[in-house]
Amino acid sequence: MSIRIAGIDKTYGPKGPGHTRALEPIDLDIANGELVGLLGPSGSGKTTLLRIVAGLEQADGGTIHFGERDVTQVHVRDRRIGFVFQHYALFRHMSVFDNVAFGLNALPRRDRPSSAQIRSRVMQLLEMVRLTDFASRYPAQLSGGQQQRVSLARALALKPDVLLLDEPFGALDAKVRQELRRWLRHLHGELGFTSLFVTHDQEEALELSDRVVVMSNGRVEQIATPDTLYRRPGNRFVFEFLGEVNRLEGDVSHGVLTCGAARLAVPGLDDGRHELLLRPHEIRLSERPSAGAHLPVSVSAVVPVGAEVRLELEADWLGEPWQASVGHAEFDRLDVSRGRRLYAVVSQLHRFDAAKPQTLTLEPAV
Amino acid sequence: MIANPLTRGRERRVLPGFGLSLGVSLTFVSLILLLPLTSLVGQLSTLSLSQYWFLITDPRVVASYGVTLLAAAVAALFNAAFGLLMAWVLVRYEFPGKRLVDALMDLPFALPTAVAGVTLATLYSSSGWMGQLLAPLGIDVAYTWVGIALAMAFTSIPFVVRTVQPVLEDLPAEVDEAAMTLGATDGHAFRKVLLPYLWPALVTGTGLAFVRSLGEFGAVIFIAGGKPYETEITSLMIFVKLQEYDYAGAAAVASIVLATSLALLLVINLWQGRFIKRLHGGRP
Repeated sequence: MSIRIAGIDKTYGPKGPGHTRALEPIDLDIANGELVGLLGPSGSGKTTLLRIVAGLEQADGGTIHFGERDVTQVHVRDRRIGFVFQHYALFRHMSVFDNVAFGLNALPRRDRPSSAQIRSRVMQLLEMVRLTDFASRYPAQLSGGQQQRVSLARALALKPDVLLLDEPFGALDAKVRQELRRWLRHLHGELGFTSLFVTHDQEEALELSDRVVVMSNGRVEQIATPDTLYRRPGNRFVFEFLGEVNRLEGDVSHGVLTCGAARLAVPGLDDGRHELLLRPHEIRLSERPSAGAHLPVSVSAVVPVGAEVRLELEADWLGEPWQASVGHAEFDRLDVSRGRRLYAVVSQLHRFDAAKPQTLTLEPAV
Repeated sequence: MIANPLTRGRERRVLPGFGLSLGVSLTFVSLILLLPLTSLVGQLSTLSLSQYWFLITDPRVVASYGVTLLAAAVAALFNAAFGLLMAWVLVRYEFPGKRLVDALMDLPFALPTAVAGVTLATLYSSSGWMGQLLAPLGIDVAYTWVGIALAMAFTSIPFVVRTVQPVLEDLPAEVDEAAMTLGATDGHAFRKVLLPYLWPALVTGTGLAFVRSLGEFGAVIFIAGGKPYETEITSLMIFVKLQEYDYAGAAAVASIVLATSLALLLVINLWQGRFIKRLHGGRP
């Protein structure tokens, strides 16, 4: 079922000058069957928005529709949502089976399925979350990942119109998180529920979502597919929040940026002072300066991580060291070690100080 | 060869002071708890079994058991409901003066029970503030079992509040919210989620309040009136026997109160242990 959020806003505490606004008026349309991630740092209002959609908190203004149904004034228990909490919020005095069956048992008598039907529905859900053997256990006897799967089965038991997840994997360790993420993606593909989830982890948002809503300070910064978000960030905040960022600041004259000993040809930039941003993978290293770039750096740290090697680059003309990532082949070819002097070659630069964000593509990667 | 467990423990223990602290504790347990109990048993040993049976089945004493049990049960049940409400209010809501109300909850413990007894008796006597209001309605509180229950409830309310409060604080609001997102009505959530979770603490608190009420003397004595067969409580019977220098008789009646209290505490502890295990991961 689609979700339509229109003009939802929320202010905590007394109204008036100096108050903190948790949510600026927000509009968001989520299509039927879509999996949308709310991404932002803590205090960005993402959890508040999710709780308002759930009905656990009241907005000051605006409307929420599930499909054609206006649920703005509907109590949380009648909204037909499934909600998954960060810390599972399982009923600890009930077995796994009773936890999952809770929603079905809570139905008014005329809507409640027979206990045999409840039993088969619960076992089917437990099979889906691969916990059939744990039906008679108590939550305290399960690992965090298992508890969160129980909580998901419990949320899905009533076939909710929408599934809302509040930092569902936030309390789990990295490996389990990765596993559950893939599993949830798979489950979503299978069942096709409409889902909205909150996370502060960019990787999680980019991996799970059909679309990501990036939020900060109660505002929506950008709504886009993960691919667009990463390649064409709408503003500087989004660019900085989605990954590591290197800064280059200098004066441009006649298409050449100068910054201390560094020179870089930047065709198409106006004269004047500019601040340019670039990702670690947009830096290549070379033993000689190229025609367009004279960026002498020295390697100050080497961290091999998985498929690539992360390098920290220092130079007099840099305020903060740059982070660069190179492949192992290139790493070996250049014989990189701490203290090695090399030249940086830049393939792309991003600019956010103009009215519109701009991406400059320079010489092709070596 | 099996090493002496005590010396083995001493060799491996990192925390210092085990011998000294345990020794001092045991000494005080003996002096304060066990010695008086021993002397009670000593007094009892002067009685033959038939004498003992005669003493504890004296109709006047048996009537006092009834009054005491009834009043203590009513007080405990009242406290279970009111204490749960009080704990709920103190944990789940914010209001001005909350700290003060919280501190007031301990007042019955801090106040000398005799002061409480005199105050309640004055308030609820037919000329007292409350008594005047209730008398036209045909409700007599002072010098009836209602008064006894009232005094017992007053002195034992902290037991319920203080056992339920930390458990409720430990229950995240998310759990209530989870029940609501699953469509549960307030009543269903209360019965199926909140109450089972608080149940062990509530039963323990109520049990403690009940046991405390069984032996309450100071607060009750002023409001009870002490009419034989009607408003005499068991602890008063003990007191009366003591005043008559009937130490053996007093010990016989006291042993009944003691046995009842101990048995109740034991049952509560065993039962609660099973429940706690379930919450913290043991096999049910």
